[in-house]
Amino acid sequence: MTLGGPFSNSDLEAIWLTVELAALVTVLLLIIGSPIAWWLARTPSRWKRPLAALVALPLVLPPTVLGFYLLVAMGPHGPIGELTQSLGLGLLPFTFGGLVVASVVYSLPFMIQPLQNAFEALGERPLEVAATLRAGPLDRFFSIAVPLARHGFIAGAILTFAHTVGEFGVVLMIGGNIPGETRVASVLIYDHVESFQYAQAHWLSGLLVVFAFAVLVSVGTLTAAGKTARQ
Amino acid sequence: MLVRIILLSMALAFAPAALAERITIAAASDLKGCLDEVAANFRKAHAGDEVELVYGSSGKFKTQIEQGAPFDLFFSADIAFPRDLLKANLAVGEVDPYGVGRLVLWSKTIDAQALKLSDLTRADILKIAIANPQHAPYGKRAEEALRASGVWEEVEGKLVLGENIAQTAQFAESGNAQVGIIALSLVLGPEMSGKGSYSLVPDSLHEPLEQGFVITKRAADNALAKAFADYMGSGETRAVMVRYGFALPGEASGH
Repeated sequence: MTLGGPFSNSDLEAIWLTVELAALVTVLLLIIGSPIAWWLARTPSRWKRPLAALVALPLVLPPTVLGFYLLVAMGPHGPIGELTQSLGLGLLPFTFGGLVVASVVYSLPFMIQPLQNAFEALGERPLEVAATLRAGPLDRFFSIAVPLARHGFIAGAILTFAHTVGEFGVVLMIGGNIPGETRVASVLIYDHVESFQYAQAHWLSGLLVVFAFAVLVSVGTLTAAGKTARQ
Repeated sequence: MLVRIILLSMALAFAPAALAERITIAAASDLKGCLDEVAANFRKAHAGDEVELVYGSSGKFKTQIEQGAPFDLFFSADIAFPRDLLKANLAVGEVDPYGVGRLVLWSKTIDAQALKLSDLTRADILKIAIANPQHAPYGKRAEEALRASGVWEEVEGKLVLGENIAQTAQFAESGNAQVGIIALSLVLGPEMSGKGSYSLVPDSLHEPLEQGFVITKRAADNALAKAFADYMGSGETRAVMVRYGFALPGEASGH
């Protein structure tokens, strides 16, 4: 037992790695997810529904399906693997970078769906008004849409962060369980249970229960606040 | 739906196979292939009976049996686990040693026939797959062997850990890890043979991979479980085990 109270050094390392991964994935998905959600919310295109379904796929697919495809695709003979090798980046499986790529795919709907809902709730009116004031498309997005849809951004960010923390199956398949690199909290709990260290498993699991509960309460509060704000 | 379920259960209850027995075997994943063959041979003599095989890590199965998992036989890559179960009154009879496993260095991409543990420090070997030493018997032995060769510190940064020995083999078989320190029994099995090259890790470098099985408490009166346990000692089974590279208890190692 060290500074971390009931948590060992490897526990703390895994917790920190999990937070790092979740934070990085959240930032990346804010950047990648916003334009996709914006497009999905406003397009009249007939590709809207198939694309929305594609984005939502990780919600219903078993993590093993994603893990398997990613492992093959990022492997030495897969398309992503050949690309990363030719760029001199090496192979992504068993690396933190690989986990980031996998988590971005895995958590995509958790960012896009709240954002899309928030953008759809804006309606045309505020943007039309801004357009008459000669605001360009980018200006309209950043000074009108983003502030008005802030509840969507916050909910999307919280859910993405939490869902990445809760990732297990994909990490188990492509992670390789490397301390400080791919051994996140959920995988370490599995290791503790497999090696009969129930006390350690209890502490880490308890921490994640408290965290998940706090996330759901805050998202619930936000959603309620978002509704009141729009009324 | 309910009617269908009732009809189906009646049909099952009155079917002529009502006397058929059924066992579920939890087996260490290094036995995949090998135990599949043993069970296939066993089924020939026990038509009508059902033998289910579940593969996974020995540590996980031990925990699951402690929590009441419905396994009738437990084949463990570490003989200590079934012994623990017996001590805790969760198994019956004796723990039967069925074989001693061997570690090999296996690679899909480089010629591993002359590869030694000390070569693993080479710069062209970027990732080495071993089973998790924290709970997988083959992983523990791999760590011991790497330490005994004096290269543990140097290669530790290259290690990727499989959840069990089959996943570890898959890491190497997919080429994502250049070298895997895995079970000889998997390398000689149908999925991997001919797909790469290997060399044996000297067994003087680690504690023996002594493996054993036991009948669990729930199967204490299960005749089929007893029959399968007896069949493990048959000449036919021993021949299969030898073909998969296991050294048999009471016999000198063939290597």
